[in-house]
Amino acid sequence: MTKQTRRDFLRSTAAVAAVSAWGIPGSAGAAGPTLEYKPEEGAELRVLRWRRFVQGEEDQWMANTKKFTEQTGVKVRVDHEGFENIRPKAAVAARVGSGPDVILGWYDDPHQYPEKLLDVSELGEYLGNKYGGWYDVCKKYGKNENKWIAIPLGAVGNALVYRESMIKAAGFDAIPEDTAGFLKLCQALKAKGTPAAFALGHAVLDGNAWVHWLLWSHGGMVSDPKGNVVLDSPETVAALEYSKQLYDTFLPGTLSWQDPSNNKVFFDGQIGLTNNGISVYYAAKLSKDPTIHAMATDIHHAHYPVGPVGKPTELPGITQMMAFKYTKYPNAAKAYIQFMMEADQYDPWMEASIGYVSQSLKAYEKNPIWTADPKHTVYRDSASRMLDNGYNGPLGAASAAVMADYVILDMFASAASGDMTPQEAAKQAAERAKRYYKS
Amino acid sequence: MLSRKLNNSNVLGILFMLPSAILLLVFLTYPLGLGVWLGFTDTDLGSSGEWIGLDNYLYLIGDPVTQLALFNTIFYTTVASIVKFGLGLWLALLLNKNLPFKSLFRSIVLLPWIVPTALSALAFWWIYDAQFSIISWTLVKLGLIDEYINFLGDPWNARFSTIAANIWRGIPFVAITLLAGLQTISPALYEAASIDGVSPWQQFRYVTLPLLTPIIAVVMTFSVLFTFTDFQLIYVLTRGGPLNATHLMTTLSFQRAIPGGALGEGSALAIMMIPFLLGAIMFSYFGLQRQAWQRGGDK
Repeated sequence: MTKQTRRDFLRSTAAVAAVSAWGIPGSAGAAGPTLEYKPEEGAELRVLRWRRFVQGEEDQWMANTKKFTEQTGVKVRVDHEGFENIRPKAAVAARVGSGPDVILGWYDDPHQYPEKLLDVSELGEYLGNKYGGWYDVCKKYGKNENKWIAIPLGAVGNALVYRESMIKAAGFDAIPEDTAGFLKLCQALKAKGTPAAFALGHAVLDGNAWVHWLLWSHGGMVSDPKGNVVLDSPETVAALEYSKQLYDTFLPGTLSWQDPSNNKVFFDGQIGLTNNGISVYYAAKLSKDPTIHAMATDIHHAHYPVGPVGKPTELPGITQMMAFKYTKYPNAAKAYIQFMMEADQYDPWMEASIGYVSQSLKAYEKNPIWTADPKHTVYRDSASRMLDNGYNGPLGAASAAVMADYVILDMFASAASGDMTPQEAAKQAAERAKRYYKS
Repeated sequence: MLSRKLNNSNVLGILFMLPSAILLLVFLTYPLGLGVWLGFTDTDLGSSGEWIGLDNYLYLIGDPVTQLALFNTIFYTTVASIVKFGLGLWLALLLNKNLPFKSLFRSIVLLPWIVPTALSALAFWWIYDAQFSIISWTLVKLGLIDEYINFLGDPWNARFSTIAANIWRGIPFVAITLLAGLQTISPALYEAASIDGVSPWQQFRYVTLPLLTPIIAVVMTFSVLFTFTDFQLIYVLTRGGPLNATHLMTTLSFQRAIPGGALGEGSALAIMMIPFLLGAIMFSYFGLQRQAWQRGGDK
């Protein structure tokens, strides 16, 4: 077995480099660039990934892994961990130089130890060329100083989830597309006794998602492109003032809400609007409780409204595959990542995810999962509408820490609840962010 | 030569102590030392970091969230420890009497202690839920309140709610340990006191309490240590929210060091707890135990 070098790759792909248009994903043998990694003799891989959110997704991942082993002879052991444990485990692996060969991390994990990761630029470029290109945000997550350090697997969508009957009862046909209209909708929902509610406790996914949307939608941001903290700004204060008005329309108790809280209350019929992945809809659809099952027809999804900044500003989760330099089998690791991203595996995997994970490569927009049920379609656009968690600055330890330390979430909770004035909340949060960005 | 050395009690003593010494060095001294070292560096999850001296400590002293976490920790520990002691002592005295079904009651008292912390925290999470609380539901049904209580969504409510959960969980330890202490007091002392015609309060004040003081010192030392370093209960119930009102030093240290990646700062936060913990230990041992000796304890 010979190792595939960069020169080999360039030679093999030169003839097809100009091919950028891609037909139907999943059609084996369709025209497109080629890249082949030859796994090392006797290669074995250890893969660490997050524990499933949707059972079918994990089952299909394991089926794809089995298929990889059958085709290449590379044995793969897949370990599963709760999603919050992935970051420390990956960091320890990076520091001690030992551990899983491939890890499925979250957000900007790879940017915390870019020099410890295999250069996967060939693979990143190849996949982009073959599958219609990466969404810009995925490119930012995957690349560090023009080098691909991770392959973005997909975005875990976060959208508005609402009860159509309640929205209509409040006098609206659909979710308004701007923040001014959205506030009016929430006020009307409250008046009808079916309010909106968004988590303001330390909810890792649900809490962070909506407050970042709110901050960015008004033009606020933690950092500028050079990494200077610009959080204490009139735009941030405007977002905080808006959040106070919005909070007044919420169901009481959201300051204590964690990730599962909105799901429970939504199913109990106490709220008409919240934010979530597609899992709420599927939980209703698959429920054996007739009341909850019937709710599925009334559940709809919508994009977050666009704020004064004039463009979508959403923050779904993103998961990335990274291979570590310490691996004894770099070709096998790259081959595994490539295999999982190829249409023959990726398409069925995305379908099995029932829309919970959406594509990072544009060609996969054509997957039938997004049109099989019109209620899925909103989640198809997760990556095309999202910003990265470090926006508009660099990704790395500072951006990761600001989110993990709930700097933005606590800022909104303080201002919305009246614990601090918007100005005080912005100032304090900016001081905290500076601590991380200074290093 | 070797057998002569092995017959030397000094050599043998060192040899016998060696395994324990190695264990202590590897599993106690090294991690503690590493923590102290990290506290003086700007190490994060992805890099080794550099020596920055007291920078972490100077920043943390001025950080409003750390100040709040320190206040929360002291408040949480003080209130919970005092209430646990009071209720635990009362339960111990009760269980020390000749009650019917005494063994059954003693087993029931132990229940909160044997339930895994994470599980009991989850139960409290439901009990305190803003929308589904059984307490609020009952009070509403009884017509005593109109709206559900915001147990974990209001800073002070959240502080008292987490303290209540800690008290529920910690009482058995205090009660059962004090009960064990009560059982060692000779009944003859109470008989003699009765013959002298002392009141129940005097009996407690002049017989029970002095003899129980050494046990109280040990129980309170451990109770304070457990409470000050509580983590699971807070992490499951609130993750330090709302508005950091329930963040303890332990939870804040974890949040900044592991998910936040700032290992140096997180370590400094953990190290900042040591003076308080040492203070609690010193008070218990050198304060309470000395009083016991002065009152004619067994030493």
